[in-house]
Amino acid sequence: MATSNQLKRVDFIFRNENDWEKILSSTLERKPQELINELISSELKGRGGAGFPTGLKWKLTAESKEKEKYVICNADEGEPGTFKDREILSRVPYKVLTAMAICGYITGAKKGYIYLRGEYKFLLPELNKVIDEFEYYCKETNLDFKISIFMGSGAYICGEETALMESMEGKRGEPRNKPPFPTQAGFMGKPTVINNVETLVHTFTIFKYGAKKFYDLGVQYSRGTKLFSVSGDTPKPGIYELELGMSLQDFVYEFGDGDTKAVQVGGASGFLVPRKKFKDAAIGFKGKLTGISLPTGGSMMLFNSSRSMFNVLDNYLEFFREESCGQCTPCRVGCQQLLLGIKAVKRGEKPASYLDKLLRLTETMQYTAKCGLGQSVANSFSSIVENFREEMIY
Amino acid sequence: MDPIQTLVKNLAEKHGRSRESVLPILQGVVEQEKFLSERSMIEIAREIDIPAADVYGTATFYSFLETKPTGQFIIRVCKTITCAMKGKNQILFAIEDMLKIGLGETTPDKQFTLLETNCLGWCHKAPAMLINDEIYTELTPEKVREILSGYMKVNANH
Amino acid sequence: MSKKVNITINGFPVEIATGKTILEAAEEQGITIPTLCHHKDLCVAGNCRVCVVEVAGQNRLSAACATPCEEGMEILTNSLKVRNSRKQIIELLLAEHNADCTKCYRNGNCELQTLASEYKIMTQDFIELVPLKHFSIDAYSPSIIKDDSKCIRCQRCVRTCAELQGVNALTVAHKGDKMKITTFFEKAMRDVVCTNCGQCVNHCPTGALVERNYIEEVWEAIANPNKHVVVQTAPAVRVGLGEELGLKPGKSVTGKMVAALKRLGFDSVLDTDFTADLTIMEEGTELLTRLKKALVDNDKSVALPMATSCSPGWIKYIEHMFPEHLNNLSTCKSPQQMFGALAKTYYANARNIKPEDIVSVSIMPCTAKKYEAFRPEMHDSGYRDVDYVLTTRELAILIKQAGLDFNKLEPAKYDRLMGESSGAGVIFGATGGVMEAALRTAYEIVTGREVPFENLNIIPVRGSDGIREASIKIENPVEEWAFLDGVELKCAVAHGLINAKSVMESVKAGTADYHFIEFMACPGGCLGGGGQPIPTNPEIRRKRAEAIYAEDEGLPIRKSHDNPEIKKLYKDFLKEPLGEVSHHLLHTKYTKRERY
Ligand SMILES: Cc1cc2nc3c(=O)[nH]c(=O)nc-3n(C[C@H](O)[C@H](O)[C@H](O)COP(=O)(O)O)c2cc1C
Ligand code: SF4
Ligand code: SF4
Ligand code: SF4
Ligand code: SF4
Ligand code: FES
Ligand code: FES
Repeated sequence: MATSNQLKRVDFIFRNENDWEKILSSTLERKPQELINELISSELKGRGGAGFPTGLKWKLTAESKEKEKYVICNADEGEPGTFKDREILSRVPYKVLTAMAICGYITGAKKGYIYLRGEYKFLLPELNKVIDEFEYYCKETNLDFKISIFMGSGAYICGEETALMESMEGKRGEPRNKPPFPTQAGFMGKPTVINNVETLVHTFTIFKYGAKKFYDLGVQYSRGTKLFSVSGDTPKPGIYELELGMSLQDFVYEFGDGDTKAVQVGGASGFLVPRKKFKDAAIGFKGKLTGISLPTGGSMMLFNSSRSMFNVLDNYLEFFREESCGQCTPCRVGCQQLLLGIKAVKRGEKPASYLDKLLRLTETMQYTAKCGLGQSVANSFSSIVENFREEMIY
Repeated sequence: MDPIQTLVKNLAEKHGRSRESVLPILQGVVEQEKFLSERSMIEIAREIDIPAADVYGTATFYSFLETKPTGQFIIRVCKTITCAMKGKNQILFAIEDMLKIGLGETTPDKQFTLLETNCLGWCHKAPAMLINDEIYTELTPEKVREILSGYMKVNANH
Repeated sequence: MSKKVNITINGFPVEIATGKTILEAAEEQGITIPTLCHHKDLCVAGNCRVCVVEVAGQNRLSAACATPCEEGMEILTNSLKVRNSRKQIIELLLAEHNADCTKCYRNGNCELQTLASEYKIMTQDFIELVPLKHFSIDAYSPSIIKDDSKCIRCQRCVRTCAELQGVNALTVAHKGDKMKITTFFEKAMRDVVCTNCGQCVNHCPTGALVERNYIEEVWEAIANPNKHVVVQTAPAVRVGLGEELGLKPGKSVTGKMVAALKRLGFDSVLDTDFTADLTIMEEGTELLTRLKKALVDNDKSVALPMATSCSPGWIKYIEHMFPEHLNNLSTCKSPQQMFGALAKTYYANARNIKPEDIVSVSIMPCTAKKYEAFRPEMHDSGYRDVDYVLTTRELAILIKQAGLDFNKLEPAKYDRLMGESSGAGVIFGATGGVMEAALRTAYEIVTGREVPFENLNIIPVRGSDGIREASIKIENPVEEWAFLDGVELKCAVAHGLINAKSVMESVKAGTADYHFIEFMACPGGCLGGGGQPIPTNPEIRRKRAEAIYAEDEGLPIRKSHDNPEIKKLYKDFLKEPLGEVSHHLLHTKYTKRERY
C-alpha cells in the first residue's frame, strides 16, 4: 500500500565518522553469535537487488565447518542507472573494509576480496591506500584478515554472485547451477559470504548504532534506508539515502521534472511504472499485503513525456543481448528474439499480436533461465509492453 | 626474452601462476599493450600452464580485454539508456568528425580507437565516456573536442 | 543424514537415494526427461534448459539435470507449464539453428531433430537468426568438419575435449549473442592442438561436429573396374556396427559385416586384426630388445617405459603435449598403417597386382585414423599406404545405401592373405587389449610357457578404470632371455587422453617405474572411438567390451604368434621381427609439435 509520507532523507551511509577503528575493536569484542542475532533482528536485506536477508547469509556461512572461507564485496555495479557503490567506495571505503573484517570475524573467513568493476579502475589508487592503512591496523592489532581487490574487465553478468566467483577463479563469468549456494560452496568451492557494497555499509551502521535504530526506519519487510541512484529526466540527478517504503508518487513529486511519464525502478532488469500507477507503487521488498512493491538495487530512472518507450526498451534489450553470458538457451536466444521482435513489429514486418508471443517468451525466460539476468528480462519487457503497447506498434 | 615474454613473466611473478591469476595477468598485458595478441595469449598459456584455448575463451568474454589491435587511447562512449537520452549520439558524431574514424575503428596514426560501451555508472552526469581508465562526464560536443585536443597535444609533445 | 529422500514424481511417491538429481530419479521411475546438454560421460552443465521440470511451491522451473532431489519435493515432469516452456526453448534453439535436416549428416540420428519431432514443432514464428549471422564451416581437417550453423552451444564438445581428453582444443568464446564454440584464436581445427580423436563428434548432439566422410570416394573406387579395392576392418568395428543397423549394443557382427563388405563390392575383405597380431610381434620384440639394452647393455639412451603407438589420437597428443618423450613411443606403426604398407607390397606381390591399382580402404572406429592415413610419412609402400578411412558409422551408411538387409545376411569369412587373426588381435579394440595381447606373446617368448592366467585371460589389465596397473614376474626364462629372470615386468594401461596425461606427467617427473604402457586416446579404447556409433556412454562401452572379450574366447587361436598367416608373412617376406623389411614398412618416426 502506498503511504503518503514525505520522502525521508536520512544520512547514515555517507556520514563521515572517523571511528572505524573503535567500532571494529569494540565489535570484535562481542560474541559472533550475538552479532549475528543483532544482524538478523535488524532485518537487513541485501542491497544488490535480490534482497536476501543478510543476517541469515552470514549465519549459514558461519555454521559451515569448512576451514577456509571467504568474504566478497560485490562492487561490480553494472546495472544501468546504478552508481551508488562507486560513491560509497570513494567517500567511505573504510566502512566497507570494517564491515568485511567483522563479517570475517563472525564467519571465520580470513580473506576478503572486493570485486571492482573495470569501469571503476580510477578508484584503485585511493582504495589501495585505504587498504594499506587497514592492513597496518590489522597487523597492529593482530587481526588475521586480509583484503585484496580483484578487478573486473567489462562484463555486467559478473555482478551475479556465482559468475563473479567464476571470474575470480580465472574463467569466463558464466553463472553456476544453484544449489549449491555460495554460503555452501562459493569462491574456490569454499563457503563464501558475498554482499553488495551498500549492504556491508549498512552492517557497519547496525553494529555501530544497534539494530533497533536501523529497524525503526523503513516499513515492514523493508527495514532501514537505501541509497537511490536518481537519473534521467530529473532536475536533481544524484545519489540519495532515503527510508524504504516510500511511494513512487512522493518520489516523483520530489524528483520529477513536472512531466514524468514513467519511472524505471531497479535498472534495466527492474520494472517500468507508468504515471497512472505511481500512487500504488511503493519502493521496497516483496511481502507487503497490498499495492505493488518494487525491490531495487536503487536505480531510479525518470522519463518525461518526450521519451519514446520503444527506444527505452530497445536500449535495454540491446544491453541484455550483449551482456547475457550466452550459455543458456532461453536467455541467449530469447534476448535476440525480443530485440529483433520489437523492431519487426515497429516496422510492420510482424503483426501487433507478435508482441503477445514475445510476452509469452519472456514468461518462459523467467521460468527457465539459469540466472537472474535471463529471469528478469521479463520485468522491463512486460511492464513496458503492457503499459505502452501503442508506442511499440506505431 | 622478448618484451612480451618479459611482461608476462613479470606479471606471473606478481600475480602468481594459478588459474586465478589469469584475469589479472590478462589485464596487465592489456594495460601495457592495449590489446591481447595471439603471441601474448600463448605466452600466458605457457607461463601459467593452461590451454591456450582457455585463455582465448576467457579473454573474449570480457569486453575490456581487446583481442584486436587498438590505438594508444581507447575511447569508450557509454551507449546505455541515460547517456543515450542525454545526447550520446552527438558526442559520438563529434568524435567521429574530429578523428575521422567510425565506431570500432582506429586512427591511422594508431592514437585513438573509438568504441561504445555499456553503462559506466555515471548516469547522473550523462553522457559519459572513458578514455583508457579516465572518466569524462557531462559531455557536450565542445567539451569532447577540448578533451581530445588535450590528448593530441600531450602526444604531440612526446 | 538419511540415505534416502521421499519425493513425488507426477503425483506418485517414490524413495530416492540422497544426492540423486531429479533427472536420475525420473529415469529410475521410467520417465524420460528430454536433455541436450546433459551427457553421462560429462559433468553437469545445465545450460540448454530443455530438461526443466516444475517443483511444487516454486514459480520458476528447475533444470532436472542440475537439481538434486530434496526431501518432500513434489515434481511435475510434464505439466502444462513445463511443456509450454520446453516447447518454446526448442523453438528458440531452432530459430538459431540451420535446420536443413534433409541436407544434414546427422539427419536421422540427431538429438535436436528428435526433440523437435517429439514436440511437433511445426511452425517457426520466431525470427530466423541464421541468415543474420556469419556462421562458418571448418572443413580443413581430414578428420572432422565443424559447422557452427548447426551448433546449439550445449558445450558438450568443450567438456569432452577438456574432461575426457584433457586436450582443450575447443573452448567457448565471446558472450551474449556472439557466444560460440571455437578454438584458440578461432583457427581451423587442423591448426590447433586437436588430436582428431573425434570424441567431440561422438558427444555432439547435432550435426555441428561430424566426421569428414569419404563415402563417395569409396563408391567410386569400387565402381572402377581397373581398381582392386581391398578393405580392412578394425577390431572394434565388429562390436559397434550392429548398433547402427538396429541391434542392441554388445552384439558382435563379424560374419555379417564381412558378408556385407563382400556384397558392397570390395575385391578383398581383410582384417586389421591380422596386423594387430603383427604389431604384437614387432612391438613385443621391440620391448624385449629395449629391456635387454637397458638391463644388460646398460644403454642409457634407451627410453623406458615404452609406450604403445597404435592409437593415432594418442600419437598426435604426445607430439603436441610431451614432444620430449617421443622416443618413449614404440616405433611401430598402427595396425592400420602396417596393413596399408603391406597391402601395396606383400599382398600386391603375392596376388600379382600392381600396387598402383590397389585402393586400400579401412573401416575404423576412429576419426584420428583418417588423419593418420594423410600423414606424409605414411607412404612407405611407395604409394599412399591407406587411401580412404571410413568410420563404423560410414560403413553403416554404405550398407544402408546398398539396400542390404544386414540382419538377414549369412555370416561369411574373411578372405585369405591378411585375413586371419587371433583373439589377441581382436582385443586390441578394448582398453588393456594391446597390453594383454603383448603379454600373451612376450611372456611366452621369454619363458616358453603360456601366461600364468586362467584361460589366457589377463583380468588385471581389463576393466574400465582410467588407469590400471599390473605386473608379471618372470621366472625361469629360456636361455636367450635369462637376464630377465626374476624381473617384475611392470605395466600400465591408460585410456582417455585425460588419463594418458596424468600417466605421462608421472613419466615426465620420473616417478613412473613401468616398463610398458598402453595408451589409447578414447575412453574404453577403440570400442569407444570417435568413429563408433552414437550415442556412447559407459554402459554401451561396457557391453561392447563384453562382446570383444567373448569373441576372443571363442576363437581357436588366442595368441598373435600362433597366427599361421603371421608365421607365413615372416617366413615369406619379413624374415624376422624388427628386421630390415619391417623397419622400412612397419616402423615410423614422430614429429614434434607445438603445445600452444
Ligand atoms: C545479472 C545480475 C547482475 C548483478 N549485479 C550485481 C551487482 O553489480 N552488484 C551487486 O551487489 N549485486 C549484483 N547482483 C546480485 C548478486 O548476485 C548477489 O545477489 C548480491 O551480490 C548479494 O549481495 P546482497 O545480498 O548484499 O545484495 C546481480 C545479480 C544478477 C542476476
Ligand atoms: S540467464 Fe543469461 S546470463 Fe544467466 S546463465 Fe543464462 S545466458 Fe547466462
Ligand atoms: S543438426 Fe539435427 S536438427 Fe540440425 S539440421 Fe542436422 S539433423 Fe536437422
Ligand atoms: S577431436 Fe578430440 S582433441 Fe580434437 S577437438 Fe575433438 S575431442 Fe578435442
Ligand atoms: S558443437 Fe555440438 S557438442 Fe559442441 S556445443 Fe555445438 S552442438 Fe554442442
Ligand atoms: S547510462 Fe551512461 S553512465 Fe549510466
Ligand atoms: S539437460 Fe538439463 S539443462 Fe541441458
